[in-house]
Formats: sequence, structure tokens, C-alpha cells
Amino acid sequence: MLDPATTTYFDVPGYAYLWALTLLSCSLFGRQVLRYIDVLREARKENRWDKIAHRLRLFVANVLGQRRLLAEPVAGVAHFIIFWAFVLYALTFGWNLVRGLLPFLPIPWSDDVHGIALALELFAVLGLVALAVVAVRRYIFPPPRLEKSLDAAVILALIALVLASSLCMQASKARSPELSLAFWWVHMVTVLGFLAYLPYSKHLHLLAAPFGVIFTSLHTTGMPATSEGAEQRQDFTWRQLFSGLACAECGRCDRVCPSVGSGYALSPKVLMRQVKDAVRMSDRSQTPVRLLGDRVKPEEIWACTTCNACMESCPVFNEHLPLLIEMRRHLVLQGQVEHRIQETLTNLARYGNSFGVSPRARAKWTQGLGFTIKDARKEPVEYLWFVGDYASYDPRVIPATRAMARVLEFAGVNFGILYEDEQNAGNDVRRIGEEGLFEMLSEKNQKSLDSAYFKQIVTTDPHTYHVLKNEYPANHGDGRVLHSTELLAQLFRAGKLPVRRRPGLLITYHDPCYLSRYNGLVEAPRQVLSELGATLLELRRNRYNSYCCGAGGGRIWMEDVPGITERPAENRVREAAVLQGVRTLVVACPKDLVMFQDAIKTAGLQGKLVVKDLSELVAQSVGLMERSESNVAA
Amino acid sequence: MNILVVLRMVPDVVEELEIAPDGKSLDLEFGRMVLSESDDHALEQALLIKERSGGTVTALALEAREVDEVLFAALAKGVDRVVKITGPKEGATTREAAHSIAQVISSEPGLKGADLVLTGTQAINDLDGLMAPSLAQELSLPFLGIVTGLVPDSSARSTVAVKEFPRGVGGEFEVALPAVFGIQAAEKPPRYVPVAKVRAVMKSQRIDSVSAAATEEPSLSLLLVLEMTKPQPTAHAEILEGSPEQTASALCGILAERGLL
Amino acid sequence: MSAEYWVVVEHWRGSVSQITYEALALGREVADQLGASLHAVLLGHNARELAATLGKADSVIYADDPQLSEVVAETYAEALVQLLKSRKPKGIIIPLTNVSLGAGTLLGARLGLPVVNFCTDVKVAEGAVQARCTLYGGKIESRVTTEREPTILGLCPGARPSEKGLSDQRPPIEDFAVSLPEPAIHLKKYIEPEAGDVDITQQEVLVAVGRGIQGQENLNLAETLAKQLRGAVCASRPVIDQGWLPISRQVGKSGATVKPKLYLALGISGAPEHAEGMKNSALIVAVNTDRSAPIFNIAHYGIVADVLEVLPALSEAIESRKGVGSHA
Repeated sequence: MLDPATTTYFDVPGYAYLWALTLLSCSLFGRQVLRYIDVLREARKENRWDKIAHRLRLFVANVLGQRRLLAEPVAGVAHFIIFWAFVLYALTFGWNLVRGLLPFLPIPWSDDVHGIALALELFAVLGLVALAVVAVRRYIFPPPRLEKSLDAAVILALIALVLASSLCMQASKARSPELSLAFWWVHMVTVLGFLAYLPYSKHLHLLAAPFGVIFTSLHTTGMPATSEGAEQRQDFTWRQLFSGLACAECGRCDRVCPSVGSGYALSPKVLMRQVKDAVRMSDRSQTPVRLLGDRVKPEEIWACTTCNACMESCPVFNEHLPLLIEMRRHLVLQGQVEHRIQETLTNLARYGNSFGVSPRARAKWTQGLGFTIKDARKEPVEYLWFVGDYASYDPRVIPATRAMARVLEFAGVNFGILYEDEQNAGNDVRRIGEEGLFEMLSEKNQKSLDSAYFKQIVTTDPHTYHVLKNEYPANHGDGRVLHSTELLAQLFRAGKLPVRRRPGLLITYHDPCYLSRYNGLVEAPRQVLSELGATLLELRRNRYNSYCCGAGGGRIWMEDVPGITERPAENRVREAAVLQGVRTLVVACPKDLVMFQDAIKTAGLQGKLVVKDLSELVAQSVGLMERSESNVAA
Repeated sequence: MNILVVLRMVPDVVEELEIAPDGKSLDLEFGRMVLSESDDHALEQALLIKERSGGTVTALALEAREVDEVLFAALAKGVDRVVKITGPKEGATTREAAHSIAQVISSEPGLKGADLVLTGTQAINDLDGLMAPSLAQELSLPFLGIVTGLVPDSSARSTVAVKEFPRGVGGEFEVALPAVFGIQAAEKPPRYVPVAKVRAVMKSQRIDSVSAAATEEPSLSLLLVLEMTKPQPTAHAEILEGSPEQTASALCGILAERGLL
Repeated sequence: MSAEYWVVVEHWRGSVSQITYEALALGREVADQLGASLHAVLLGHNARELAATLGKADSVIYADDPQLSEVVAETYAEALVQLLKSRKPKGIIIPLTNVSLGAGTLLGARLGLPVVNFCTDVKVAEGAVQARCTLYGGKIESRVTTEREPTILGLCPGARPSEKGLSDQRPPIEDFAVSLPEPAIHLKKYIEPEAGDVDITQQEVLVAVGRGIQGQENLNLAETLAKQLRGAVCASRPVIDQGWLPISRQVGKSGATVKPKLYLALGISGAPEHAEGMKNSALIVAVNTDRSAPIFNIAHYGIVADVLEVLPALSEAIESRKGVGSHA
């Protein structure tokens, strides 16, 4: 076997050429990577070094195990193969490079070691097959929102070349050493060229993604630490900017995004592209690189429902939501919010509710129940029921709230409410970017909570649940906060809710974003439904893949934008309507109730589908609901 | 350009209004006060003028419940100075308030010599008169009300003012300055001020407190309120009940009967 | 020496406003009860012929001056001050509209006279004039009297039917000379709103939309209904302010006053500023989700429901009616 390092070409030994090429490649690579590092260093600091063990576990499952990619099986398996092929080839390349640059080292070439050569051949073949599969997927059966860029094509070609040249090199070793040598050089030059090209291409995700996973946020999803918002590149944290570098433009985020699905201005993938472009901008000119305004327009920023589907699906753990929220914070601090949001925020600040009605009417829904709900401010209770704005004030939701009250009373639960001292918990205020208002609301609420006596907090509203549990410092994750479905499941298990009428209903269930993705709460509602004897037909997009109703992120307070093809809620009720024999869509969130009731009308599904809150179903099954009280015709 | 903005707090009608035991006034014990809507527009217009042509904006308000929040919010929006006038009782009438405010304007250094005095065109409790013309009379300045556009000349000697007439017609006036204007609507809706900014201002800036001289004069309003009630509607619509389809059908019948279909 | 009671005539761009006749009707009642004579105060320039329709009053006091050719509160107040130097009525009714607003307060402030704003009714009890005033957006009513004369009453539209203020008698005219100082306020020109395609004051049927229509994209539902009823779409102020309809479609204090055969108030709360522009419509039907909305107090029929549900249902019901034979 000819030794490429010592063979001379034009009287110059191979290793000299190799040194030259390696230095060239490394300097091109290094220069751009150092530029990126400079940009990240100028950005805002953020500590992502805590809980190293946990982070390494995430690395193993998501980088080595490629977990999120396997959610799309065809591309997932193919990528798994290509990934491990790459790992193998990277290691052997490094080995060969060292041996090539330093020919006096007494080590063999990696492909001269029998086991390794076999592995290389195996992965080359598997890799090429996988590449063929992904090429067919990309060019003949592309999933929506996949970026078919020239960059991607170049990368596929280069990887194929790397694998093919290695195979050819092995194959021609015996018969034609010169040919094999030639293939060796093709292989090395391709990889070195690839290395130099890497930082300028989306393939940077090779290097960036593992770090993205390791340095992911371990706290509540999507909410960056309090800040004054961000507009220019250096206002964002280094991890937020890093997302642009790690993005592989796969389009998974866009495929699950309700804004994209409905034709709003926002595309999470495009957002990542804009971040990437901003990070790539050279600092030559003195003008600062602006993300907000120059690249990302306000209508994109406000279109987000904060459903978190993008971040849940992203294989490289990009942070779309924090980027948007930081920009929202900036807009809010500048006072640049649209009229309806302004009205809502003013109402929240003044009256503690988004409806702009008197806080003294907050507990009016309790009238005429036939029993008095305990005042948790005056007497100790076991469960403090934090009711929430929509459950208290919206006439479409009040019947469900009352049904829950009846169920709790019937089950002998010792519960109370804060009456007029309860204010909006502030989840959506935070998601709109009004940190100051959130601080004000949470302070008031915490004060009320502090002066009441209770063991646990329960709420029917997932937004309220999420923020009380995760973002009120006093309650941090110590199991004190329950969603009503959890409590109902407990009550059923304890035998406190004997079901009198087994409805035998064929139903489907919509997982609220703030229960499923944000808090992993998917089984309790299903347990309750099975206790009721209902037969649950799952929606195509269920549990962590649930499709947002479109109300979150303050969008329920915003004006409808013209040019919408189909609202998220309409899309979702149509998804429910195709399920054979299903006429009831069950929800566990007051905003879902409102959104889907409206959507059923605007989608023309009246008479075919009905939306019901889980509490109403429970109340009916236990024999507590009056027919006339049901908020929708059964 | 020196601009004075006069702000007034009025009872918030989002809450149920209660009549006091004497049957002649509002029971404000549990009521809340809110900035009069068109005063908010007057403030916004003042800030817009300042942003365009420079100058200072001073906001004045009589002491009242919740006025501090409003004054701090004004500072956070860009007002240069805020003055709270103590002295007159809560529940002073519009003319009584105008008298106290005019007194302070005339005597407090830094407030005299304003080019523009802006306030809302009308408030929900202007029983004994409107604030803007009352102020104008007290300060011996010209007055124009229902103003929706205000473009002062750079010399600050005159301004173009647009007044709203019926049927969407606008009247363009030229007014010699200084003058008092009753603002109906600012050129842009009142801006949003984030809570964080207001809180920061509460820590870093202050409200000047000035007391108006106590007057032993008899009530300036010259009115005698005999009785205050919550009106019971004399008539009420006949409500058609039922589903949208049923009510629509019933309504059709009614319209057909009247020959309207 | 007989007592007098005055009504200041509001006229604008060559015609006497409807509210003047409402004020004359009311003024006549008050004057009769007081045993006083009723005088209409007409301030203007070359406006004598406007006095012809003011016969409900016993006479018209006419002051002519070039500076009174346009309505400027400052100038009106000054003219009235001069008038009041020689004659002292028991009271003066001044209309409270976008045209005349402010003149009453100025006059009261200049002469230290009591001003009573937001009057919706006036009566005489025990020889004294009592006004009923509506405050706080219509939520509170006050009964007020004064002990100094003349009392200036700011009158809201709709206190009396304007027909009651008409008369075919030509009243005598008393000229009065005023000498007005150089004003600090000049009207330069009028800014006309963009010409609308439709004059809503001439329509027999009006489909009015308010906040309850929720969005510009739902206006087509109202347009459809308006077409079916051979009418036009109009709106309350919030809808106009949002820019969903041109200002020519606005009904209310700053817009038009209409009196159609049918006024469908959809998603309109019925605040006084709107109500004053339509409350004399022959048939008022209101749709609103809030059972306690003030619109139901002036409507003849009401539906408590979401406008967006009722509109299509109504259109459908009308369509199916039309399809039912030809004997409609």
C-alpha cells in the first residue's frame, strides 16, 4: 500500500501538501468560528453550567440517541445512520490526519486496521443508502417547510463523496494502489474542504447541536429570566443567539407551529435564519446589528401563541420562544403594543382581570349554587381553588366552573377561594412581555396567598397552573399546585366520586399546551375519562404533539389579522370531526372551551361536534348537572 | 413651548356607583377614581407636541384617591414635572376645582407663562360647567373646546387648532397663544406606559405638592343638588328569547308585520 | 316688569339645528309655567331670515355682527354678556352640542352665574326652575336648582320632540347691537370629511354595528343584511375610530342624528353619546350579549345574544321568508 504522506508529487512529499491544506482548512474554519465566538461573548451572559450530570444525560439521549429525530421515523433512522457514520468517519479521519501530517509516527493508517476497515465499509454502504433515502425524501416527497437550499444539496453531495471515496479507496487498494491513493486524496481533500465550509453552512449544526443540547434551559420551558428585553444582537443572551448557529433548517418547528399553519406572519424556522444571519453579520460597520425591526417584524413577534411545539420538536434544542419573548419585552418597554393589548394590560393593572370589569364581581359565579364556597381568606381550607379570569368572568366558561364547584362539594373536598382578592395569575402577561405588570400581579396574589391557610392550590386553568407552579418563587415545584384533572383523578381513585350513569360516550380529548408540553400532565385527564366509562379516540396530534388552539401568548387578547387561511382552533376542531363517531371534544382549559366553541361555529360544524369541559362531563356522570345549565346543547 | 396639562380624577363607572345616605351625592367610600378619559388625551397631545417641537410639559391635578399613580405614570410617559394640588375637598365641583387650579397656576413659580393649557374637553361629572372654559376665564385666556388637532407655530405665538363639528366636519382655527384648549382626542391614542417604568419613576422622581389657598367663599358652583338617583329605565325592550334561529324568525315576523320586509 | 326666559338659537352653516326646536319646546313650557315671555336669542351675521321659524318664542332677539358669522364660544359668550347687561331673564337654555359647547360655561364664569350642564329635562316647581341632569355616562341623575338668576342650562339633545318647537308664526325681531372686540380665535376653514357613498340620514333602514361586531372581517354580515332590508350600514364611534367604516357612517354626538323606520343596533351598548343620535327612530331593535346594556332601555325589541350568531340567522330567516310564496 502506497503511503500518501511520503509519496512525492512534483518532488514535494505528500505530507507537505497535507500540511498546507490542513492549515488552510483550519484557518478558514477557525477564523469563522472565532468570529462566532466573539459575537457570543459580546452577548448577554447566561449561566448554563448547572446540573452537569443532568445535562450529560440529555446529551446521551438526544445527541447520541437522536431521540427527537426518531419522531419522524424515515428521516430519523436515516439520520441516525448518517450521524454514527459521521462519528466513525470523523474519528478515523482525525487518526489518518495525524498519521499523515506526522509520518514518522509508528501507527498504522486507520483503514489498515481490519476491524475498523470493516466498520468503515459497512457504514459507508449504510450511509450511502441513508443518503439516497433522504435525497428522495427531500426532492421527491418533501415534508412541508423543509428548506431546499443549495447549501443542503452541497452538503448531501459532500457527504456522499466522503463516503464513496472511502469505499472506492478500500475497494481499489488491492488491485490498483495508485487509484486507491488518488481516492485517498479525494477523501482527505473533501473532508478538509468540508471542514472549511462547515462554519459557513447550516452544517455547522454538527458542532453546535451537541452544545445546544448540553446548554439547554433546565428551567420552565421558554421563559427567559427577567430582563429588559432585546432589540440588538448583543442584547440577547449567548444561548439565544447560539440557536441560530445550531439550526439545521429541517423545518420541524414550522410543521408543528399553529402560526405557520394558519398563515400568520411568524415562522419559527425563518426566525432562526434571521438570528443566524444576524450572528454572521460582520462588525465592520459601526452600526449595531439589529434583530428586532430590521430582520424580525413586530407582526411576527406578536403572532406567537407560546404553545412551545417548536421547542418541543427541535432536535437541536433551539430556543425560539425566549427570542420572541425578549423582543416582546422590548416592544412593551417602548410602549409599542397594539391597541387591544394596551387596553387589556391597562385593565389587568387596574382591575386585576383582562375583562375590564369590577374585581368585586369576580366571585359572582358562585351565586345560586345552593351552597356557599368557603372564603379561604377567613378560614383554613385544604385546597385553595385559584379560579382564574376566564373561569370567573366569561359566561361561556362559568357553567364549567360551577360544575367543578358542585363536583368538589359533592366529593366532600375541603376547598375555598380567595374571592375578590384573587387577581389574574399573570401567565399570559409574562408571555406578552410585560414583566413589570407580572411582578405587580404576582406580588398581590402572593400576598393574598400568604395570608390564607391551605395545604394545596388547585385550578382548572392550565395557564394559571403553570405560572403558579413554576414561576411564583414561593411555590417552586414543591407539589403544592395541582391541576383540577389531577385532583379529580385522585378523587376517583379514593372512591369519592361514584359514577351513576356510565355515559358510554365516544369522545376525543384535546391536550392543553400548558398541561402537556409545559408540565407533562397528560395521563390524569385520561384516567378521569376512563373512570367515566368514556371511550377515548385519540386525536392524530395528541399529548406532547397537541395542536394549539391559538389563544395563548396573549393572542386571545389580540385582534384578528387579515389574510388568515384557517384559524388554529378551526384546524383543530376539523381534526376532531374526522374521527369516526366522535361528537364530543373534551377540553380541560377555559380558553380551549371558548376557542373551540367559536371555531365550531365558524368552521360550520354545529350539530356535528360539541365541546365540553371535563368538569361538566364529570358532573353529569355523577348526576349533578342540570340539563339546562350545560353551556352547549348536548 | 411650555405646556400645562390639567388632569382630573373622576369616579370610575366600571364599579357600581352608590348614592350617599343624604341622597344628594355619590358615596365614594368603596368607589375608585380614574383619570378622566379626555384628560388622558390632553396629556398625550401635550407629549406629542413636546416630542415634535421641544419644550416642557407640566401636569397638574387636584389631590384625590389614586392620583399619585396617574401622576407617576405621567412622569413615566415623559412629563417633566407633576404637581399635586392639596386643599380643596374631594368632591369639589368643576368650577371650584378650576378656581383652585387657576390660583396655583398664577402663583406657583414655573407654572405662570405657559403657552398652552390643555385639559379634556369634558368629564362625566361636569355638572356646573366645563373645566377648560372655566380655567380660561380664571386665567383670562382665550378658549377653544372639542379639539382634535393642535399644531403650534414654532414661535409659540399662535397655533392651528382643529375642532370637531357634527357630521365629521372639522373646523380649522387659528388661535393666539397663550390659550386654553379642551381636547377631545389626541392625534394618536394615549400611549402605553409599562408598569416597570412607572415603578422605576416612583423610586427616582417625585410629585411636587402645592397647597391652594383655602377659600372661605361660598360654593362657587352656585348649584343646589336636590336629589341624586340612579335612573330607573322608564321603558324596556321586549326581549325575544330563544336560540338565534328562533329569535331571528320572531324578529322577521315583527318586521314583516310592519312592512319592513 | 314681566319675566323673560331665553333660548339661545343654535344654527350652523345656514340652518337652524334641530336641538333649537327641542329647546324652544322646552323653553315654552318653562316660560308658561313661570308666567314669563320666551325669547329666542339669535346671534349671527346676515342671519335674519333664520328667525322666521322661531315663532314658538314670543320674540327673537337678534344680534348681528361679522364676528358672529361663525360659532365661536368666546364670541358668543361675549355677545351674551353684553345682552345680559340690559336684560335679565330668569334663565337661558343653551344647547350642549359640538357646535355650542363651552359658551354656556364661559358665560357663567364671566358673570358669576350658575351653569347646569347635561340637562335632559326642566320643570318648574314652586316657582323655581328644576333641572334633571344625567351624569356619569348616564348612570346617575341629579335634580338641581339654583338661587341666582339667570341660570344657564346646558341642554342635551332629545329633551323634547323637535316638532313641538315648530310654529308657523313669524315672531317679531328685536335687534340688539353688540360691539365685539378683536377675537383671539379665527375660523380659517372647514375640513369636510371624505364623501361617503351613502347619506345615512336619508335611509329608511339602518343596520348599526358597534364593538360587538368584533372585527372588520365581520362587516360583510351586516352589509348582507342591510342589502336584504334595502338599507345601509352605519356604526357607533368605536367602529369608526378603528377605521372599519368611514366617518360618514357615524351615528351619535359627533356623527349624524338619524330617524329611520328601522334601526338595528347590533353589538352597541347604547351609551348616551350614541343614543342621542338615534333614539327617535321609529322601531329600534337591539342585539347585545349584555342583558343590562343601556340600549335595551331605548329599544323596542331586544335579543340577548352574540351579534355574530344572530346576523347570519337573521339573514337566513329573511331569505327563507322571501322564498315562501309570493304573497309576502
